[in-house]
Formats: sequence, structure tokens, C-alpha cells
Amino acid sequence: MVGLATVFGAGGGTSSYEEVENSDLIVLWGSNARAAHPIFFHHVLRALERGAKLIVVDPRRTESAAFGDLWLGIDVGTDIALSNTIAREIIASDLQDQAFVANATENFEEYAESVAEWTLERGEEVTGVPADVIREVAHTYAQADRAQICWTLGITEHHTAVDNVLALINLGLLTGHVGKYGSGLNPLRGQNNVQGGGDMGAIPNKLPGFQDIVEDHEARARFEQAWGRPIIPQYGWHLTDMFHAMERGELTAIYCIGENPVSSEADATHATPLLENLDTLIVQDIVMTKTAEMADVILPASNAAFESEGTVTNSERRVQRVRKALEPPGQAKDDIWIIAQLARRLGHDWGELSASDAWEELRSLSPMHANMSWALIKEQGGVQWPCNDEFPNGAQFLHSRLWAFDDPARQGRKAPFSVVVDDPPVDLLSEEYPIRLTTGRRLDSFNTGVQTAGYTSPLRRPESVEVSAADAEALGVAEGERVRVSSRRGEVEAPVHISSALRRGLAFMTLHFPDEVETNRLTIEAADPKSGTAEFKATAIRIDKLRAGVA
Amino acid sequence: MDLHLTAATPTEEERRAVDGLLGPEPVPNDRVVRGGHETRADRTLLLPVLHALHASEGWISEGGLNYICERLTVPPAEAYGVATFYAMFSVQPQPKTMVHVCDDLACRIEGGRELVAELEADGANGDWTWTRSPCLGMCEQAPAIFVQRAGRPDVALGEATVATVRAAVAPDSMVTCAGAVTAPQAWDPAVRSGLRLLRRLGEVDPSSIDAYRAAGGYSALRRAIELGPERTIREITDAKLLGRGGAAFPTGVKWKAVAEQSVRPHFVICNADESEPGTFKDRLVMELDPFAVVEALTIAGYATGAERGYLYVRGEYPLATERLERAIAEARVHGYLGDDVMERGFGFDLELRRGAGAYICGEETALFNSIEGKRGEPRNKPPFPVTHGVFGKPTAINNVETLINVLPILELGAEEYSSVGTQDSTGSRLFCLSGHVERPGVYEHPHGVTLSDAIAAAGGVRGGKRLKAVLLGGAAGGFVGPDRLDARLTFEDARAGGYTLGSGVIMVFDEDTDLVDLVLRIARFFRDESCGQCVPCRVGTVRQEEALQRLVSGRTIGTRADELALLEDVADVMREASICGLGQTAAAAVGSAISTFGLFDGETA
Repeated sequence: MVGLATVFGAGGGTSSYEEVENSDLIVLWGSNARAAHPIFFHHVLRALERGAKLIVVDPRRTESAAFGDLWLGIDVGTDIALSNTIAREIIASDLQDQAFVANATENFEEYAESVAEWTLERGEEVTGVPADVIREVAHTYAQADRAQICWTLGITEHHTAVDNVLALINLGLLTGHVGKYGSGLNPLRGQNNVQGGGDMGAIPNKLPGFQDIVEDHEARARFEQAWGRPIIPQYGWHLTDMFHAMERGELTAIYCIGENPVSSEADATHATPLLENLDTLIVQDIVMTKTAEMADVILPASNAAFESEGTVTNSERRVQRVRKALEPPGQAKDDIWIIAQLARRLGHDWGELSASDAWEELRSLSPMHANMSWALIKEQGGVQWPCNDEFPNGAQFLHSRLWAFDDPARQGRKAPFSVVVDDPPVDLLSEEYPIRLTTGRRLDSFNTGVQTAGYTSPLRRPESVEVSAADAEALGVAEGERVRVSSRRGEVEAPVHISSALRRGLAFMTLHFPDEVETNRLTIEAADPKSGTAEFKATAIRIDKLRAGVA
Repeated sequence: MDLHLTAATPTEEERRAVDGLLGPEPVPNDRVVRGGHETRADRTLLLPVLHALHASEGWISEGGLNYICERLTVPPAEAYGVATFYAMFSVQPQPKTMVHVCDDLACRIEGGRELVAELEADGANGDWTWTRSPCLGMCEQAPAIFVQRAGRPDVALGEATVATVRAAVAPDSMVTCAGAVTAPQAWDPAVRSGLRLLRRLGEVDPSSIDAYRAAGGYSALRRAIELGPERTIREITDAKLLGRGGAAFPTGVKWKAVAEQSVRPHFVICNADESEPGTFKDRLVMELDPFAVVEALTIAGYATGAERGYLYVRGEYPLATERLERAIAEARVHGYLGDDVMERGFGFDLELRRGAGAYICGEETALFNSIEGKRGEPRNKPPFPVTHGVFGKPTAINNVETLINVLPILELGAEEYSSVGTQDSTGSRLFCLSGHVERPGVYEHPHGVTLSDAIAAAGGVRGGKRLKAVLLGGAAGGFVGPDRLDARLTFEDARAGGYTLGSGVIMVFDEDTDLVDLVLRIARFFRDESCGQCVPCRVGTVRQEEALQRLVSGRTIGTRADELALLEDVADVMREASICGLGQTAAAAVGSAISTFGLFDGETA
């Protein structure tokens, strides 16, 4: 979201699902949507049925890649190199959208200069993808009528997360594949309301509605007026910063709502004691997570899906109503009620606060939600922001303003190209740690398993370290054999699974079964300073047989 | 597509069989893999590759099927669904040689039942086995067998005895298909020369394009090219050519509709999946005059703007398949198929597809699905094939007899062509005479011939016996009694008289025939052949057979009248609510037999 917000001023995917279905080319870059975003992938399948091409960029030959017209098996962490090479080829072949670049963007000259060194040959050398294939992708993308780039954690779980996103945005700007029907730049959201969380201000640098807490004085004043309190113009901490702050002893109390950092944090060996050493840990959740087990106070909450009123916002910025169908069990309470009660005990009586009260306040403070009444959401079955005087019924896609070449007032700030520099993963491969481990999800499990471990699935396999047949042979290990997997930070034991999705030197694990295999003992905490996302996707590991000599 | 396959792997033999059709397996590449639309488009090869696998091993193993799924990126459940859809495929281990013994209508009264009984008493050993089969389309040579021989060519043989079976299954068997000229009119040169559709049968070498040309072949295509597509279609329309497959749809209207579609590409298909019990005319034409079929389909392609055609031939017709394949190859060599047909600037080529034992695939939309590599289940109509046919593209589909009528229309002109027949049923018609007639075979008569004349032309009822009943139009048609012998065989008379010409079946039964046995066999046929997709047909065909069984055994539920009322009820539901013609006609013959002959009226029916 940081990348999109930097370039366009709004941190949301630019297209609607309908446009994805009607596009001509879909590039899934660092996204295994088939397994990780199966609902979104249904829209992709419709597009394929219509005849759209699918290009998948992923180190692994994933389930999504298996649907692709073309799969590019790049080396982990070489996304910027690939993007820059594609950009250079587009520019060298004069395939960029001249009018869009000239009238709707900034900083092109500097950008073009920065990618000039990325010849196809250099791109092949760094990414591992043959030059002629990179060329083909560049030409296909540039010449498509409607093209989508969709990405997820394969792009963002790197120490260069924001630069990776900027690198993809550059391609959209270069070809004019943004701000018009069917073309777009779309980060896919892992949950039904990740977008909503950001929209509502649950990010450290923005007020609700993506209004910058430091730079947007006008917005800050509006909030101060409404809340009757001054707001400190200072960015907060994102998750990784918080752990650093705990380490420094600056952060001693945490109120944790619906998050399970004990299971989900990179370098868990390091994170768990920090949480244990807090003065106060308050956990508000619907189930007893590993983090909740460590808490001083547990606030049992209601289920957001069917025990409370409110809204969620999906990947296409569509705000949808959630309605209460059941009373929460036992002493579990609605999140808003809990927060209001907390406020009252801290000396602020907000009265009987309802979800619609909260929503009305949001509309009064967040311009992009201004016209979005609950009545309109109900009538349209969801509304895509922005919903204001310019887009009274919401907007199917974002940034059409950029195409208003003749109307500077409407066009607003032009979108800047970003110079991004190839920067390999922090955790370098060495003779001692020669294998690149990358992590991800499987179709039938979700994150740390809190929501899925209770269900059976015919596809589910126990956690394992997936390796190529070539590596298994070199290591002398067989399918199912338990091995020791070590990184510079920790080690775990896991059975081997031989996967045809992997090539020599590439291994894969998930985070789904922390109780069986605590994968995050291996991963590196190195994070992007701008987004705070840890480099889950690139760990240097070694794999050792447990008992030497056993075939 | 991400496939979830079982661990079973193919044998070397199986791999070779599949690779033989699909080419060698691509070398794995750990950096770039192409697939997607390119690979999914190969789904249409599923049926041919299943044939190749089955022909190699005599059955389809899990490992073999897995390998096919991998090569074509077809989900294994779907591939299994397709493999198990067809009677000619087995997914259980079975001997390499499988004899299908016809015990359907014409064969069961001509020795088929006896052959089955003999094989039951003293039949298969470990190297071969046999099974009962629905009509094999060789009724004029009853009883018929069809032998699938893995590793060797399949054969279809008539007038079969146990000795025939043993000769066909022997390890060193030299048996081949005979290709008898069972069109008695063709035996007499004087009569033959007066025929339009059968005039080359038995006279012109079916393997030689030169012989075909010398006998007037390819003059119709030349004429079509002179006329251009539009006038060609007008000629067909003016000749009032009606489809001979049973629906009697005007061919000119169909072709025009396809030609006018802006969506590309267009397809033409020859429906040669002749499976209606009692029908064998298309088989004879394909065996003895294959170039006529190829030429007629080429004209259809030219007229409708299709560059590609399919010839979908019944799986149990090995000789027709072989001769058509040869004819297609010859036509290609001589420039009658290819990028520039007859050097006249249009491209057309065609591909032969072999069915695998499914009556339902004769239904046009089921045939599309079969070509596409799906289960041969009919689609809902509309949309109709002229807009959404095979691969969802505009498609003109005609059966063999309809197509070969195009040749005399173009050779003679519409006016001369329609000088034969009646006002509304122009031209001549092929009839399949079988059962108790002196000279069974395919006959060509002008529309308007009476039923009694048609039977007389075949020598009348054999042995001077009295006629009991005639099955008109096939199992989907109906029984008529001797009182209808004066019926004129035209579309309009049939419509007015409440009978059907169907696929031209005239199956004759003498006074000693057990009609109840035939009715039961027909009920079993529809129960077996219902594809199971829509409920009225899937359930109705079973209920129909059960009620008949109860009536025959005397163990009725309630009275006989109750059972007969139930049969009528079931018939209504099937007719009104089934998706396709199979269910809609599954009760027709049964009902006509019961009502015409009062089968279950007396105590001793």
C-alpha cells in the first residue's frame, strides 16, 4: 500500500474484479493466487475462459503457474531486475505509451536513464529467465489493450518491498496500463478486510481515508476539530518497529486485537521472549491463540463475520456491509463495545456507540467515503471508493484523472516514475547455507492455521520442507524422510517433500503448522524500512540428513 | 491447470502409445514453461488419445490415464468421466481382444441370440472375452460382431457364428473386414445407373481418387466453386433438401445461417455416428463411396466459409474409418483438401474423429462435446449449432446421407434434382431393409414410394410368411402393422400419418416374431444409452424397462392397467422434459407396439 500511496496518493488496487475478467493480459507477479487467493482466482479463471492470457512470475512453478500461458521462474529477490529489464526493452523498442508518459507522469528521463543498463542479457544473467522470454513479456505487456499486473507477498515480503511495488508501478506508468478500464495495478489482499484495515487508519502513518498524519495539515485539523483533541503529527510504528522498540525497552505495553504474532512473526525465536517480557499484554481475540496464552488480560471478542455489525472492504475497494446473525457466546463482546467501554474507563463516555455511528463519523472525516451512505451500500450491494461528488456511486477503477491531459485541475498530481535499484536478499547464500528457502501458502490452510487447522482437507499434507528432485538426490534423502533445516538464526526438523514446482537450490515451506514445524525460526527479520514487512521470502538454509548413512 | 494425480505411473508401452499421438513429452524446463490456452486447446485430443491408449493395451489403466491428464492438463476426474462414458473403453483390466456380439433387434431374430447362448456355454478364455452389444449397424448381415483387438486392427463381421468369432480372436488371425456390397440395386447395372446416391457402389474402386473422378467425382465441387458460396447455398435451398438424420431441417437454411455469422472460425461436421438400431446406410456409403462424403463435406465448408471440418465416424465402423482416412489422405495429395483447394484460393481440411461406442453422440450437441474431449452429453438448445456449435463457434452439421445429396443437386441443378420425389420431399431416400425380407440391404427410392413397394423391392417377406409388423425409423421411430403398408414414405405423409421415417429404417417382422421380446430389447437399449445427464431420461428409461419386465413376468404392481398407465405417464414426462431427442423418443417404439398390437391386453400376450 505504501508504494501505491506514494505514486498515486491512494493505497488501493486500481481495478475492479469485473475489469480483471475483461482484461486481455493478466500478469501474476509474486502471487500464487490459485492457492492463496482462490476467490480472486475465480475472476482470473473467467478471464482465461474469455481468452485472456496469463503470465506468472514466480520462483516456484506454482499451481497458478500451471494455468499460465507462460511461467517465468525467476531467482528469488530479482523482481526489480526483471522489471527494469522489461522497462528497458519497452523503451528500447519504443513501445511505451508516449502520450501518457508525456502528459500524466513525471521523472521519466531519470527513470529511463536508470534502467538503461538493464539489457536483456543482463536481465537474464541476474534473474535466470532467458532474454528472449523477457523480451516477449515486455512486448506482450506493452502491446496488450488491457493489461493487469497483480501481486502479493512474493513482491512485498522482501526487504525491498516498497521498491518492488514501485518497480511494478513503473511498468504500468510506462505503458499507460493504469487509470483506464481493464488495465490496472493490483495488490491482492489475503483477507476480506486487509484493504478496510488500511482505509480505516490501521497503518502507522495515515489517518482514516489515507490522509497523511504528518503532511496533511488540513486533514489533521479536521480530525482534531471532530475529536476535540490535538493529534501529534508524528508517524507511529509498524509491527517490525514495535519489536525493535520492545528490544530497546521503549515499548512495554501492547493491546493486540485479532493478531497472533507469536505464530506469525519472522524469527519467532527472537520475537516470543520480547512479548513475554512486556509489562502488559492485552489480547482481544475470538479464540485462544498462542499470543493470547501469554496475555495478562484477554478480552473475548465477537466474530466479525456474523456476530457484529459493520463493514469490510475487499481488494477492489468495495465496501460491503456485515450484519449480525448470531449473539456472541458467553462473555464475548462486540469490538466497538469493548473499545467504548475502555474509553469510558479512561474517562471518555462515548455513550452507546454503534457501528453506524462510527461509519457516519468516518464519512464526515474521510473525503473518499463522503457520499457512501449505508443506504447506498445496501442498494448497490457494496460501493467502491472513492465515493464523493465526482463519483457519486463510487468508482470502478482508480486514477482516471491521470488521463485528463487537458484539465490540470482534474488531473491533479502527475504520477512519478521511481528509480529503483536491484538489491539482492539480505540473507546471502553461502557454502554453508547454499539453498534458498522461500515461504508461502497452500490452498487449504490459512496463515498460522488459527482459522483452518480445525478443518480437515483431502489436500492437506503435514508441514514439510519441499525440495527439488535434484536436491533430494544430492542430499541422499527420500520422500517423507525427516531432515534438519537450518538457517543462520535457527533450525527445525521437518519431513522432505519432493516437488516438481522447484528447481535445484530452491526450497519451500509454509507457515501453516507452527506447532509441528516452526518455520519462522528460520526466516530473517530483515524488513523494509518503509513498510515494515519482513523478508519471509528469502532465507538461506542448509538441509542435513538426520542420520548419516541411512539411504 | 494444477492437477492432483494419484501416484500411478504409465508403463513404457502406454507412454509410447500416448506419445505416438501427442508427440514426445516436452523436456522439463525449470525457468520457462508454456501452457495455458495452448495446452488447453489440446483437450480436443482426449478421445483420440484414449483410443490410442486403449488400442495399445486393451484397457485404460490409472497410470495411463494419469499420463494423458498430465500431457493434456485435463483434471483426472474429467478424463475418467470421459473414459467411462464410452462403451468401447474399459478402465478395468480386460483381455486384449474384446468381441462385441450384437443382440439387438435385427440380429436377435437372425441368430444373434443363439450365438450369445453358444458363447455363454463355451466362450472366452484368458486371451479374449466377449460382451453383448447394441446394434452394430450391420443389420443386413445379421448376426454381427465387432472385435476390438489391441495391437491389431479392429474388425466388424457379419453373418457371424462361433467359428467366425474364433477366427477373429485367434492370435494369428488374418481376418479383415469384408466390405460386402449389400445394396442389391447395385448388383444390376441397369438399375444402378438410374440411382443418384448409390450409383457408384460396387462399381467404383473406393480406394482410388482417379476412379472416383472418372466416375464423375469432384464435378460437384467444381460446380460449387463456379457458382460461389451464395449461389451454391441457394441451389441447395431451391432443391428443398431436408436433413435425413430425422429432424428434416432444411439444409440450405442451416448453411446460410452459418455462412452469415460474423464470428470466426466456422466449422462443418459430417455426422457419421450412425447408431440408430436398424440403420446401416451411411456405413455402406462410407465404405463403398468414401470420396463422395469427403467431396460433399468440402462443398459444405466452401459454402459456409469453414476452413475446417470434422468427420465423426461411429467407433464400431472400422472399415468405413479406414477407407475414409485413406480418401482424406488421397484428397490431400491431389489438392482437393489443403490450403488451396483445387487451386481456387480457398483452404479447407478435415479431420476424422472416431467415436467410441455411445449412441447419444449421434445427437449433434453431444457430438460437439465428444469432439471437444468432454463427455458426450447433449447441450441445451438454444443456442443452436449455427451460432454456437463445436468449440462454441458457428457450425453446420449434417449427416452422411444429407451431405451426399448435395452432389446430385449441384451436378443436376436444383430443378432437375427435385423432379424426383414429391413437392415437399424432393429427391430420393436411402432405406435400410432388414429383418425378415428376402434381400436385406440399402435401397434408394424416390420419396413417395409406399412401404409395401419398398418391402417388395427387397423381395418381400422371406419364405412367403405373413407380415406381422414393421419397425419404421429405428428404435426412436415406431412399429406399424400390415394395415399401414400403403403408407407413402415422404416427410409430409409421415407427419400427417403419425409415423416417422427417422433414419430410413424398415425392419420387417414375420408372423412368428415375438414382439414382446423386441420391445424389452428396445427398453434395455434406451436404459443403457441414456447419458444420465437429465433426470426424465435417466430415471424414465429405467422405470420404463422395469414396468415392462413386470408386465412380462406377470408380477405387476397393481393391475396391468396400472402398469400401462404408468408407462404412459413415464413416456409423457420423457417426451416433454428431456433435454434431447433420446429421452424424447425413448418411449415411442415401445408405446407404438403396445397400442398397435395390444401387447399386454390379453392373458397370453
